[in-house]
Amino acid sequence: MKLFVSTDSSSLSIGAQAVIDSLSDAARRRNIPVDLVRTGSRGLFWLEPMIEYEHQGQRLAFGPVTPVEVPNILDALVTGNRQHPLNLGPVEELFKTQGQQRVNFRRCGEIAPTSWSDYLATGGSRGLLRALQIGPAAVIETVTRSGLRGRGGAGFPTGVKWRTTWHAAGATKYIVGNADEGDSGTFADRMLMEGDPLSLIEGMVIAGFAVGAEQGYIYLRSEYPHAQQTLQAAIDVAYTNALLGNNILASGQHFDLQIRIGAGAYICGEETALLESLEGKRGTVRYKPPLPAVHGVFGKPTVVNNVITLATVPAILAEGAEAYAAIGHDTSRGTLTVQLCGNIRHPGLYELPFGCTLGHVVESLGGGSASGRPIRAVQVGGPLGAYFPTTLFDTPLDYEAFAERSGMIGHGGIVVFDDTVDMAEQARLAMGFCALESCGKCTPCRIGAVRGVEVIERILTGCSSERERNLLLLRDLCQTMLDGSLCALGGLTPYPVLSALNHFPEDFARVAERPAS
Amino acid sequence: MSESQVLSLAIEEICTQHHGQVSPLLPILHDVQSRCGYIADEAVQIIAARLNLTRAEVGGVVSFYTDFKTQPAAGRVIKICRAEACQANGGRQVWEAAWAAAEGTVEIEAVYCLGNCACGPSAQIDGQTLGRLDQQQIVSLVNALAKGDDL
Ligand SMILES: Cc1cc2nc3c(=O)[nH]c(=O)nc-3n(C[C@H](O)[C@H](O)[C@H](O)COP(=O)(O)O)c2cc1C
Ligand code: SF4
Ligand code: FES
Repeated sequence: MKLFVSTDSSSLSIGAQAVIDSLSDAARRRNIPVDLVRTGSRGLFWLEPMIEYEHQGQRLAFGPVTPVEVPNILDALVTGNRQHPLNLGPVEELFKTQGQQRVNFRRCGEIAPTSWSDYLATGGSRGLLRALQIGPAAVIETVTRSGLRGRGGAGFPTGVKWRTTWHAAGATKYIVGNADEGDSGTFADRMLMEGDPLSLIEGMVIAGFAVGAEQGYIYLRSEYPHAQQTLQAAIDVAYTNALLGNNILASGQHFDLQIRIGAGAYICGEETALLESLEGKRGTVRYKPPLPAVHGVFGKPTVVNNVITLATVPAILAEGAEAYAAIGHDTSRGTLTVQLCGNIRHPGLYELPFGCTLGHVVESLGGGSASGRPIRAVQVGGPLGAYFPTTLFDTPLDYEAFAERSGMIGHGGIVVFDDTVDMAEQARLAMGFCALESCGKCTPCRIGAVRGVEVIERILTGCSSERERNLLLLRDLCQTMLDGSLCALGGLTPYPVLSALNHFPEDFARVAERPAS
Repeated sequence: MSESQVLSLAIEEICTQHHGQVSPLLPILHDVQSRCGYIADEAVQIIAARLNLTRAEVGGVVSFYTDFKTQPAAGRVIKICRAEACQANGGRQVWEAAWAAAEGTVEIEAVYCLGNCACGPSAQIDGQTLGRLDQQQIVSLVNALAKGDDL
């Protein structure tokens, strides 16, 4: 009997290994030969750990499974009487009910992450073969026409970036996969690297072919050792099967790929700081121009793209630009991998077409708060993203719609808070994070964030006569950081702070008995 | 051999392993950190000499990145997430309970997101991520680490 269990690090963090142990044990006792496939995660974390099985060409699941339930589930599978309270039915049906449209994550949870045969059987390498057939110019044109925008945060059109590097002078060019995923509330890059790493590799090979680069680096944060293992195993598999190396899929093309590990600096997710770090230096931000696309790592033209951006490319090449561009909303084409977490009943990864509303995601898909208390605020787009009150739940998931409301989609993280949240505390956290992670290159951020923490503390502990003055000072400081910072760490930290101030002013007006910490 | 000779040999060996690699400084520092638990002044000197860098250049890199320590840890290390998604789910209480239980026997490190946000509050020990922690669980983890138990 073939069974599937996710060994994604989040699944393991909530007991997947105990379920696997119990499964092996129960199977041995009953003398049932079980072929256990370790997969990535489906992203349905409130239903994990799950056990999946195949039936009439479909994948069905049980969950959330505890080790104690495992023998019963095994019995249900053996007898064919699958009436079991934990039987969730077909996984595809669950996705369909949620309105998910899986492009990036179509293999994640489905296949053994580093199995070449599984990869081929699910359409792997088709995108690259197509790319090799049509040539670099047509690849770039296809990516441009698909409307794909960078998923790392800034939403820059990927085709335009590639064209710049393609045109840049020089024989040596690089592709860098940005796997620093520093934004709190996000985990899509990690899940993809643990569940379908070959699609990232294929995307990087296509990028290399398109712009004329033969060397790639994946800059992976050190907090992800489990992803590192899977990714390294996938790179080995890719070399064995000529997805990497000297003669890619017998085309004569050459591409090499290496992993580089970060060292716990959030700013190294910013592309120019990342390049400095790759060169073995302190991760300080570079002035732009010159753009990395022209003058990147080791001074050579370099494409820096987010993991999800790169992993989308094979599907675009395989299915065509039109198929991808047909999904989405206005100028935000394709799907967004929403990562829903915090105080929410149904936390997980939802791959959704752009355009559905924030409220739909939080209330219908998320099922409201985990605590059962009313939801008060959601932070969208990581630690530099704005806090939205429930009155803005009609905002569609769309880059421009969020920008219009002084927010951002960023890498697609949505963190939910119930009514026990103290928004002044969240504002202090945002400033404190900026002070901690500032690279130190420019004054508004290096000094401004430290002053920001102090001013917020004075607002919270000081007497009310000074509060108005300090609030003005805080706004003024935010404006300086917005206008004067070299990069988006200092430049966007005012978003969470100002949104807390604007939407939740009452939290800054309470008489203080908070300790200054 | 004295302790410092053993250390020097180990560092030299790590540098040799990375010989010929493109921009080897961070990979070398990671290896030294995981082998020795911290990056001593002597290590900085040896690495600088081997890579033809100044001590200031190597020291500047060591001090920039939080993963690189210049002192040995007080005990086993537990990283606890202090970022937003974990805070929204009781992360503050987990953090406080850990501190109260540790009393200096275990090194508690703040991290900002472990990519386990859908299963928080989260912590990480020796590269293994733990999720859905509550106060009781973190206290037993801290106690187990303090006693030197395996997880
Ligand atoms: C402070 C800061 C942190 C960032 N962190 C990340 C990150 O962790 N991952 C990422 O892909 N992009 C991150 N970015 C965005 C990158 O600078 C860059 O825009 C991105 O990697 C480009 O890839 P894309 O076009 O595919 O999005 C960050 C930017 C800033 C300013
Ligand atoms: S805004 Fe902050 S992180 Fe960005 S360059 Fe300036 S000091 Fe560095
Ligand atoms: S916010 Fe804690 S793991 Fe991401």
